[in-house]
Amino acid sequence: MSRLLRWEGVLLVLCVAVLAYGAATTDGFAEQGNISFLLLDYSEVALLAIALLPIVLTGEIDLSVASTLGFCSALTGTLWEAGLPFETIVPLVLLAGAVLGSVNAVLVVYFGLPSLAVTIGTLGLYRGLAYVLLGDRAVTGFPANYRPLATDSLGFLPYATMLVLVVGVAVALLVHVTPVGRSLYAIGLNTQTARFSGIRVDRVKLALFVLSGALAALASLIYTLRYNSARADNANGMELVAVAAVLLGGVSIFGGRGTVLGVATALLAMAGLRNVLFLDDVSNEIQNVITGLLLIVSVLVPVVFKPRRTKDVPLEKPTSDTGGDPGGGRARGLRRDHQGIGRGGG
Amino acid sequence: MVALAGCGGTTRGSDAAEGDGGAGNERSANPDAEIQEGLKIAFLPKEIDNPYMTIMDEGGITAVSETGGEGKAVGPSDASASSQVSYINTLIQQQQDAIVIAANDPNAVAPALKDAMSQDIAVVTVDSDAAPDARHVFVNQASSEEIARTQVEMVAEQIGGSGKIAILSATPNATNQNAWIDIMKEELKKPEYADIELVATVYGDDDDQKSFQEAQALLRTHPDLKGIVAPTTVGIAAAARYLSSSPHKGKVALTGLGTPNQMRQFVKNGTVTEFALWDPAELGYLAGYAAAALASGQISGEEGETFEAGKLGERTIGADGEVILGPPTVFNADNIDDYDF
Repeated sequence: MSRLLRWEGVLLVLCVAVLAYGAATTDGFAEQGNISFLLLDYSEVALLAIALLPIVLTGEIDLSVASTLGFCSALTGTLWEAGLPFETIVPLVLLAGAVLGSVNAVLVVYFGLPSLAVTIGTLGLYRGLAYVLLGDRAVTGFPANYRPLATDSLGFLPYATMLVLVVGVAVALLVHVTPVGRSLYAIGLNTQTARFSGIRVDRVKLALFVLSGALAALASLIYTLRYNSARADNANGMELVAVAAVLLGGVSIFGGRGTVLGVATALLAMAGLRNVLFLDDVSNEIQNVITGLLLIVSVLVPVVFKPRRTKDVPLEKPTSDTGGDPGGGRARGLRRDHQGIGRGGG
Repeated sequence: MVALAGCGGTTRGSDAAEGDGGAGNERSANPDAEIQEGLKIAFLPKEIDNPYMTIMDEGGITAVSETGGEGKAVGPSDASASSQVSYINTLIQQQQDAIVIAANDPNAVAPALKDAMSQDIAVVTVDSDAAPDARHVFVNQASSEEIARTQVEMVAEQIGGSGKIAILSATPNATNQNAWIDIMKEELKKPEYADIELVATVYGDDDDQKSFQEAQALLRTHPDLKGIVAPTTVGIAAAARYLSSSPHKGKVALTGLGTPNQMRQFVKNGTVTEFALWDPAELGYLAGYAAAALASGQISGEEGETFEAGKLGERTIGADGEVILGPPTVFNADNIDDYDF
């Protein structure tokens, strides 16, 4: 736990440094309009990252989130073109997102397939279906009474960001306060022991993938309204930005470690950095280099500063970094009991 | 690939064009106003590494420096619909005097461009337009009539004024190509083209392989074909590749719209005599001058206003704030090495 807090401390310093650098050196950075744009511009990425966090905590991944967003955007456009009222489209699109998520869930949970392979597959599949719906056309003309919800701000805080904050707090409560949340860490640390300790692993994972699809659909509504343009290529490649935010936020890609606060700080740091680099006319390629390096450092630092981790206990999950976590503690205790049995299953 | 067409936006009924509080975007024009020195004008291409766009922006930056201003090109590395919006926000924060943009999506960029206009930034679209209420002036390549007429003139000359010709187009529903083909058909009805017969219009779907096969099939079906017109850069290059390795090389004329870099070898080896395309450098150059004139208050984007565009001379704004570059440039063995795009 202390290590986790230390990483979040590092992130927080990074975040403040980026914002301070921007405010001090870059004209126009600290203006209200720019801050609200900076937040708004990351609202969809933030929703996808929030959707990914609990999944990654269990040691799984969902790379189809941005394609789900793209499909839901194309669906929004198709339904709007067909003349449905927007009030009807919203629940239908959220439902469609949940259905796409449940397809991932069924393949991962009931067929026991690796989520990396499954969601790389559905990444292509859902994007392809989006093109089936809209081709390379764009649908526009979404209702002017809803669009301000995705474009306007109260002071410096965009309405879309408020929605992200509400979802973020809800997921934070789920992950850090409820027993379900503790079970996520247990599953991530060792699925077998979690199963033996009575956690309904399948049901939890199923719910997380469905939630991920629904949140991607929510992000698609913001995206479509914000740009007033439904297209099949919307948010193409955004899954990588969301995964980067999750990893930079200190969430272990192997599961069992990470916090919502860490991911939120990482998102703010990335959004601020991107904005500053834009204003300083740093080219897109160099921006990618900088974010890439940052990501590698974020994965490298915890490994480099963990000298006690040795290779002779391959299945032994790191224990020092989850010392204060009740879920981790439970899983660790159980693993000692079932160590021999847990090996075969995986 | 050269972006020949703006992206088609599908709008639903009349509610598409309503503005986000369009007030405050009106500019006033004083025809006697001098072009201001030191204007900051930014060019925002569809994507930064597209050679066509790069040449266009370089032309624009040349124009801006001729007026004593400071031009720069910034842009996304992918041509997706929304990636330009962050850049527009950046340019607003940097308080540029004018933004010249080739829009990836006419509607996705519209709210951001309206923000820019409301902050007294001149907005010019070039090559690919945005929603008309989200820009002051649109600098367009050439009118459809001119593009179609140039191609008919070229093919008529190359086949000696009589014989069978065919058209190798992009996709059957490509908006630009279909408009040109319709005008070409009208043009061919004129008495001077009475001996020319259009025997087929085929579609290569802007796919290299398919265009190649369609060119091949055309000559098998019509062995006495004398000329092919390909009003698409993909089609003309694929057809040229087929002809250059076939016995028809030099006997069947091929013309249309192509880029000098794609067509250079086929012009040099005698497969192709002449083809056309607008010069992207001049397109950017004209947009640069339009932006400077707008930012200086010389024009406001109303029909009938005129401005000086350096070496291109005086230009007039047409209907819907559109300025047209003019007839496409014709490329042949004499001038093709002067172009690099």
